[in-house]
Amino acid sequence: MAGVAREWREIPGRYNLKGTKCGNCGKIFFPARSFCPVCRRASVGKMEEYSISRTGKVFSFSIVHEAPESNSIQKPYVVAMIETDDGVKITAQLVDVEFDQVCIGMPVRAVMRKLSTDGESGVIRYGYKFVPVE
Amino acid sequence: MREVAIIGTGITKFGELWNKSFRALGIEAGMKAIGDAKLSGNEIDAVYIGNMSAGRFINQQHIDALVADYSGMATNHIPATRVEAGGASGGVAFRQAVMAVASGMHDIVMVGGAEKMTDLDDASINAVMDATADSEWEAEMGATFASLHAMIAQRMIHEGTATREEIASVAVNSHFHGAFNPNAQFRKAVPIETVLRSGPVATPLGMFDSAPISDGAASVILCPLEDAKKYTDSYVKVAASAQASDTLALFQRDDITSYGATVAASKAAYETAGITAQDIAVAEVHDVYSVGGIMALQDLGFYKKGEAGKAMLEGQCHFDSGKVAVNTSGGLKARGHPIGATGVAQIVEIAEQLRGRAEGRQVKDAKYGLAQNVGGTGSAVTVSILEAI
Repeated sequence: MAGVAREWREIPGRYNLKGTKCGNCGKIFFPARSFCPVCRRASVGKMEEYSISRTGKVFSFSIVHEAPESNSIQKPYVVAMIETDDGVKITAQLVDVEFDQVCIGMPVRAVMRKLSTDGESGVIRYGYKFVPVE
Repeated sequence: MREVAIIGTGITKFGELWNKSFRALGIEAGMKAIGDAKLSGNEIDAVYIGNMSAGRFINQQHIDALVADYSGMATNHIPATRVEAGGASGGVAFRQAVMAVASGMHDIVMVGGAEKMTDLDDASINAVMDATADSEWEAEMGATFASLHAMIAQRMIHEGTATREEIASVAVNSHFHGAFNPNAQFRKAVPIETVLRSGPVATPLGMFDSAPISDGAASVILCPLEDAKKYTDSYVKVAASAQASDTLALFQRDDITSYGATVAASKAAYETAGITAQDIAVAEVHDVYSVGGIMALQDLGFYKKGEAGKAMLEGQCHFDSGKVAVNTSGGLKARGHPIGATGVAQIVEIAEQLRGRAEGRQVKDAKYGLAQNVGGTGSAVTVSILEAI
């Protein structure tokens, strides 16, 4: 069972899609990084908080039929790699969608949802999932 | 740097070995390797062990000490080191041992790889596998290890570089060879329809696209090449052992249908060995999911992007095809995939091929063989090249 602190400290990323932008080269990262892996030392102290776009398109996807205990109540479910409008990729569940409608290129937007529970008395995780754009 | 030789190999049967403990498996593989190298065991001056997750599979950490103790090495107090790199744990352990001998730090080194998975329930085993991806930003967001590979496959199909049938044919090729390997978990050839109709795990991939849950261990003994003849007439040279890294999460990469770490490690390995991909006669590649086999054949330079699947589907990867023979052991799919053992088992198969001991699946006149071992979704890759002497 995971501790509460692990969930709490990831709130900016999980709830608000907060990543970082390198003040040196302009590259955007999600999740947040403390320095730019391209600029390395030149980026130290220049990383800016950056909220990545909440809309994007499906880059790839899969319908998950076998899932670990924490997610088993949801299966089968769609997991997708989303390319957001600012070109950042992010992996998340795609919900409120018919399986046969999911395709690469499908426009989607981020929503806040319950992700999973850590057993009956454990932490309830919340964070981003994506839904089709009507 | 000294040149390095493999003078002994040992491997257990892979499978759901409920009657065998982690210790029993490790000892069996190690003793076979020591016997094959014609050593007493007393000559060994260091041990490296590839093991991914004994902590979660059998609730045992400190695998280095356990192996040293139960293999009788602790009485000589020799150093034992456990190496973890997800699915590449065995390959990285092998490379650490090669470096130890090459550097002159140690002379005779034992490499072991072992995993005991079936003491845990299936759902928990899958959760351990998922943790080799990015636990916080992939697994906890709902991505399973299978679904990450499925997204690679989906993207390949979308980009037109492989069809569903071509991807499935990787499992068919592995099963074809597994039938000839007495140590393989599955010794039965399967038609492509079986793979395509198998129950869905993460679409488009099904049960038969996935390596099984396995127990098993493998071991090799290394020494300086110039000393190899002192121990045995049957040895192979380690022509190269390279390793490369990449982002932990798959979504951090621009192209998800190629592993940059495989490309980088193979480039370094070919350079060290002084050969090209065309010189390789036999290769063990990391088909933890079928799609991994397609990527490997392209990233290693055997086929251009979009052509590996066709070759696989046409049976050009069979041991007797005259082209590069792929996964003659049965690969991860049919030989089995006790995670930490896999990278070492691949080395064992290539060494057996180059020593002419791969009965029933022997590749003719093989001079060079290659093993590609992958951790996570290409986050750590080792590429080792062995040369027949």
